[in-house]
Amino acid sequence: MPARPPRDFRGVVVALPTVAAAASYGLHALVPNNDPGLQSNFYPELILLVLAAAVVFAAWARLLPRFRPSGVYAAPLFTAAIITVAIWDLVTTKLALLPMPYFPGPELVLQGLVDDRWVLLESTFYSFRLLFCGYALGVLAGLTSGVLMGWFRQVRYWGMPIMKLIGPIPATAFVPLVMVMFDEPFFSGAALIALATWFPVAMLTSSGVANVPASYFDVAKTLGAGRHFLVFRVAIPAAMPNVFIGLFMGMGAAFLTLIVAETVGVRAGLGFYFKMQKDYFEFGKVYASLLIMALFFSGFMTLLFKIRDRVLGWQKGVIRW
Amino acid sequence: MSKTSSSIYEPLDDASGLSIRGVRKVFCGADGVEVHALDGVSLSIAAGEMVSLIGPSGCGKSTLLRLIAGLDYPNSGELRVGSKPIEGPSAERGLMFQDPNLFPWLSVRRNVQAGLVARGVLRERRHEVEEFIRLVGLEPFANVYPHQLSGGMAQRAALARALVNHPKVLLLDEPLGALDQFTRMQMQDEVLRVWQARRTTLLLVTHDIDEAIYMSDRIAIMTPRPGRLERVLDVPLARPRQRNSAAFLELRAQILEMLNFAGNGKPKPAPSSPATSAKPE
Repeated sequence: MPARPPRDFRGVVVALPTVAAAASYGLHALVPNNDPGLQSNFYPELILLVLAAAVVFAAWARLLPRFRPSGVYAAPLFTAAIITVAIWDLVTTKLALLPMPYFPGPELVLQGLVDDRWVLLESTFYSFRLLFCGYALGVLAGLTSGVLMGWFRQVRYWGMPIMKLIGPIPATAFVPLVMVMFDEPFFSGAALIALATWFPVAMLTSSGVANVPASYFDVAKTLGAGRHFLVFRVAIPAAMPNVFIGLFMGMGAAFLTLIVAETVGVRAGLGFYFKMQKDYFEFGKVYASLLIMALFFSGFMTLLFKIRDRVLGWQKGVIRW
Repeated sequence: MSKTSSSIYEPLDDASGLSIRGVRKVFCGADGVEVHALDGVSLSIAAGEMVSLIGPSGCGKSTLLRLIAGLDYPNSGELRVGSKPIEGPSAERGLMFQDPNLFPWLSVRRNVQAGLVARGVLRERRHEVEEFIRLVGLEPFANVYPHQLSGGMAQRAALARALVNHPKVLLLDEPLGALDQFTRMQMQDEVLRVWQARRTTLLLVTHDIDEAIYMSDRIAIMTPRPGRLERVLDVPLARPRQRNSAAFLELRAQILEMLNFAGNGKPKPAPSSPATSAKPE
């Protein structure tokens, strides 16, 4: 007896986001707000926008005569995101199951985003500037000291103990010290982020350089290589996979240090905005800034992954982002 | 193949013979025991000649090759290329290992170029890179990274990389040892073709008696602990050689006999004993 071919659900799958968006719009319109004084404007508008997007998406994914695999792949995630926000709306704005004002609904977060858009943009810019300066400085210092320690035994002998002592201290422990060392909080913040970034980058770079297989150097020497070639054309490229692990670890440490620095000393940026709005009990704006942070940090990570894919294109079987 | 008009086939320098005289190399083991890797080895190789070094594991073949490459130094004795003593690694002595050791972060083309980059002559000689890639038959794979190559292709790329500096002496350390039988026979012809076209002096370390007979002008047989040159045999067979000719098989039997592996009742040499058995001179 021939087996029945598996049923094709792709048509249903690509229509799911549309159904979910329509349902969450209906839910929002039918269930009354718990707080009668709350005007919901932005959230229903957003759902309508998402609904339109879902219809376009369905049409694109079902482009006749074939389905687009990437569309079929993305549809369940898209649907889940819409449903999650609808549930969030239901348990906060509609049913008030969570204590206020700590858990605002999507409407309040959207209002916060729209009301403070310029402040948020400015804060993002300040955070970006601080993170970029600190991270770049830390990477530069980490790569330089890492290569020197990996290549020269003497530098490793004297440098390793210092790095082993200072490196593991969380950079945030230095906050009180650094804040009094620099007049300008921007410099103290950048110095802290640089310190946090430096340790993992230096550590991984030096171990990468020190562990390059000797046979690569042997081959290079019989090809007529001098020291410059051995360092810059053999040791450093061979250490690159390690260096990137250090860069990722350093970036995580830099995010953490950025937010701490902005919360306790630097009077600008997303961390500062976050703390200020929390003190004002403006929790809609608190979550709005969290949302921006999520996009901001994720964007940085994505950028680093893109650079990694470019530089380490020769590797096989690397983690995708 | 008659590609001899091309610029990569320069006439062979007379000063590219290799002379090794009374070379000793002693390694100090971790437990302080001295291991005599090479004990008074002498060998002369004429310019353009191909000599195979064969012998059981631990007889110092690879050590000798490293000394010639200049990657290590003898405790005593003398190594010369032409009349120049060997004082360190140099582009005039190309080296190729069993592991192709291609730089994994460079494409095939950039691996082949590496020698030109290292010597700072890429600009003047870039045109030769494509010729060497063609010589080893890798034109379609010039832009591919090493991890995408098969074992045989990777060895071809390593060969092209070793040739790009026009080395006077080419040192091959079991270059085909990791390949399957068919790829290996094919690569033997490949190396022969390149050697005949380029006429470098070539020293080939191998475990494979057939390979040594098929390829080389002379075969140097080494014995282990301490590493010594036992005998040097001429291979009086005309090229191209027949792997199944009577003369080939007779020579093969003769070498097996010499190494006590003929299986005619004579005792085989003891299996590898630990380093402690190394006796001082």
